Amino acid sequence: MNDNRRNGHGRSWHSDAPFPLDGGGSLAGLDIAYETYGELAADRGNAILICHALSLDQFVASVNPVTGKPGWWTRLVGPGLPIDPARHFIICANILGGCMGSTGPASIDSATGAAYGMHFPVITVRDMVRAQALLLDHLGIARLHAVIGGSMGGMQVLQWAATFPDRVAAAIVIAAAARHSAQNIAFHEVGRQAIMADPNWHDGNYGEAGPTAGLAVARMAAHITYLSEEGLTEKFGRRLQARDAKSFGFDADFQVESYLRHQGLSFTERFDANSYLYITRAMDYFDLAEEHGGLLANAFRGAKTRFCLISFDSDWLYPTAEMRLIVHALNAAGAPVSFVELSSPFGHDAFLLDMPEMNRVIDGFLRAGRA
Amino acid sequence: MTALRPDLAVIADHIAPGSRVLDVGCGDGALMVALREQKGVDARGIEIDAKNVAAAVARGLSVVQGDADTDLAEYPDDAFDFAVLSQTLQTTRAPHVVLDELLRIGRRAFVSFPNFAHWRVRLSLLWGGRMPVTRTLPHGWYDTPNIHHVSIGDFRAFVKERGIHVEQAWFLSGDRSRSSAAANFRAEHAVFLLRR
Repeated sequence: MNDNRRNGHGRSWHSDAPFPLDGGGSLAGLDIAYETYGELAADRGNAILICHALSLDQFVASVNPVTGKPGWWTRLVGPGLPIDPARHFIICANILGGCMGSTGPASIDSATGAAYGMHFPVITVRDMVRAQALLLDHLGIARLHAVIGGSMGGMQVLQWAATFPDRVAAAIVIAAAARHSAQNIAFHEVGRQAIMADPNWHDGNYGEAGPTAGLAVARMAAHITYLSEEGLTEKFGRRLQARDAKSFGFDADFQVESYLRHQGLSFTERFDANSYLYITRAMDYFDLAEEHGGLLANAFRGAKTRFCLISFDSDWLYPTAEMRLIVHALNAAGAPVSFVELSSPFGHDAFLLDMPEMNRVIDGFLRAGRA
Repeated sequence: MTALRPDLAVIADHIAPGSRVLDVGCGDGALMVALREQKGVDARGIEIDAKNVAAAVARGLSVVQGDADTDLAEYPDDAFDFAVLSQTLQTTRAPHVVLDELLRIGRRAFVSFPNFAHWRVRLSLLWGGRMPVTRTLPHGWYDTPNIHHVSIGDFRAFVKERGIHVEQAWFLSGDRSRSSAAANFRAEHAVFLLRR
């Protein structure tokens, strides 16, 4: 590579080739924004692809230029950590449909010269993965040492293993599922309806002043699903926010209200509402068994990929039972699989927090592949 | 590497290189590591305890958190050359079902268990009138994971009744081998190699 910019470089790859989509039709071209850390080994065998979740981005281990905050997975990715730029060539790309530089609803449609908005085609998790595969082609990486992700990132990992089994040596799936449950679809629909009910949405044709109120409500509802009752109780209980008594009004009396409002509002400063609609839709449509004759095991038949699956006992959004379905399918397909349910009070978001046991499992699993 | 538990050493000695092995109740993966290092065997494991699973996966092993009583049904027939159930039979809710599953998934099965008719156990009950707490059965009656107390005599009768073939059996006291004769009295542990 002649690109000698180092970490935090905000790289982007552009393709002029039409990109066909699962839902029919195609995009005229493709932009993929991505970050890399570390150096690709001479044998090109040390590449790890990190797939990000719904509301995250490619800034996995470097400062996010929009928020100014550190990368979102610096507890797992960094010097001396299980995914280490000193040993691995680490890639994380903003997903197709995203709003951090990759092609999405806010991108300019070359046919009209205006933002796609709701003219952006509905995409799938497989479309996201195919776009990542093209990026890897561009980077000269035929086969990944590992692909890893949590939540929707985990869905992408499963899709990677099913769609490109020969390109994935090891797959790490954290707090995810092979299909979106009715409950998960339901929560997403609440979020989408909140956005669409915002008068500033304008059927997706908003300018600078987007549907921030609707997007904030969507984020608030979703954020609850990422936590747990125990975690919320521990963190907030019924404590009041900067006051000694209830106001007998509708201010954010309770700390938990104030926290959620803050989460909602800060989300609108970094996320595009239409992107939120399209990405949640892609997640709802995700059902890996469906594209394999209804039998999940068929998705992994004959695969040589090693799998490591991790769930959390307090995660009710992607519960252990969903993860076990994947384990059973992998066993039926004869794939080498490890699975553990770790204990945490923090619900779905546990995978982003300080989880020494998760790090130990991932480190051991990754090192086993270097033998 | 620390020495392998005696029953596991017997099992490791008798598994051919390159075999497909499922270790049910694999703990932290001690047998699987020995098989990998000594025999080049890529074993798979099932373990109920999350800490053990994490330890095993961190050693680079393929181990799935699961329960022998409920999760063996998901494995296809003849998926393995050997299914191993070491020191776990007596903790299962339905040992007869687990054994059937072992011999469905594996063409052959190693089963090891502590002998509840060892003379120390008998003495403890006979003279002390107390449920035994011994070197190999270190738990009190109230916290023991061993819910199905089985002796070597029981097990022999059990497999005969079910038409299961015993290919070989080993009887151990500590790390010493005992002869088959009077094993039900003198052996602390038994290892059976079974086939359908």
